[in-house]
Amino acid sequence: MLARRIIPCLDTDGERVVKGVQFVNLRDAGDPAALAARYNREGADELVVLDITASRDHRTTFVQTIRRVAAELAIPLTAGGGISTVDQGRAVLRAGADKLTVNTAALRRPELLTELAAEFGSQAVVLAIDAKRADGHWEAFVRGGRDSTGQDALAWAREGVARGAGEILLTSMDRDGTRKGFDLPLTAAISRAVTVPVIASGGADSPSDFLDVFVEGCADAALAASIFHDAVQGLGELKRFLASRGVPIRLV
Amino acid sequence: MVCRWVPVKITLVEYDAGNLPSVERALARQDVQTVRAATPDAIEAAEALILPGVGHFGQLMRTLGARGLTAPLRQAISRGKPLLGICLGLQALFSASDEAPGDPGLGLFAGRVTALPATAKLPHMGWNQLRRVRESVLFEGVPAGAYFYFAHTYAALDAGEATVAICDHAAPFVAALAQDNLFAVQFHPEKSGDVGARVLANFVARAVSGESVKAERTTGKGTS
Repeated sequence: MLARRIIPCLDTDGERVVKGVQFVNLRDAGDPAALAARYNREGADELVVLDITASRDHRTTFVQTIRRVAAELAIPLTAGGGISTVDQGRAVLRAGADKLTVNTAALRRPELLTELAAEFGSQAVVLAIDAKRADGHWEAFVRGGRDSTGQDALAWAREGVARGAGEILLTSMDRDGTRKGFDLPLTAAISRAVTVPVIASGGADSPSDFLDVFVEGCADAALAASIFHDAVQGLGELKRFLASRGVPIRLV
Repeated sequence: MVCRWVPVKITLVEYDAGNLPSVERALARQDVQTVRAATPDAIEAAEALILPGVGHFGQLMRTLGARGLTAPLRQAISRGKPLLGICLGLQALFSASDEAPGDPGLGLFAGRVTALPATAKLPHMGWNQLRRVRESVLFEGVPAGAYFYFAHTYAALDAGEATVAICDHAAPFVAALAQDNLFAVQFHPEKSGDVGARVLANFVARAVSGESVKAERTTGKGTS
């Protein structure tokens, strides 16, 4: 049975891990390579590292960060932030990432997903969707959650998969940083809408939030940042809890 | 006095879309020396080979062809050099793949690589357990319920007697195979934590010992 995955996420400014609530008020939260080594040891199933500033001047720095993080890992690494061309994607994969995430650039030019999948395979292309509830549906946001697109998140997820995305990284803008639990209706809706694995993100606090997102949200993987960085939630303890509740989990 | 064997250098077959750096790093952690090979001469000079793989079947076969590596690879295998195929590197050992019907594989196994049925989420992405159908040096010291990391949509459904382990996602498929000097895994040992490191170490140990492969053939069946 395919195990449900627990994925710590390192939001970086390209060089250091930062954290904030609902994408604002960023503060320093440590060295990405040191955190990566810790999560690798503690049983993370995968690691995501994002450049949330995604600025051009940080690009070289971020590739170096990916290289430093990858050197610490014996588990898969997903990286992204500001990738808008096949060449940028290649630089990220060559630095040691196994998969790359795209968001803003794919919404602006959906062909990017097809180009990346043709070059690297769908298994390496993760479509990140930042979704926010609006008028009875969920809308996809871009630029780190700052700009609305008017695009329906479910329709965009379906289109993204049809164009070549092999996985969806779904962040609830309403829940991100709030520690109120994952957005279960959103996660379940997206998970049912697509044929590829869905990583749920935004709002994780307690072990029961993870149980809920796997059972009620039909998520294939769950991602969180600050509760792991601050050691509010131990990875091993979380995974043992989920296994005890019957969730297929890889225990190390 | 400590007796140490002469370390074998593992040759990694280089083509553009590989997961080669990850495999290099995983072996470097075990103090195993590696060298990249992108020419026929480099393949011929190899003591033991790893064919890594991430990407597209057609692209892999065309790149091997364009670099003149297809025949040297077949020769190396027929001369008994140990080879480990990883992920797409397993699929390349078969005669063809539905992912690229026009591009023949290395043809060391007669079967055809096909897409997994769409009755489960694809790609098959994440950690899964194996059902071992017979003993193999590859899994020495690896606990029975161990999880390995997979990331693929296509798979070989049958490798006959060479099949060592099966995984199930929408359909049962070949997760590991071994035949004489030839080894291959559909999962990514370089991304599968401690158990993956053990599989790589087992392959390296086998490459170092140069042990006759008959052992691989005559080991018992029926551990499932």
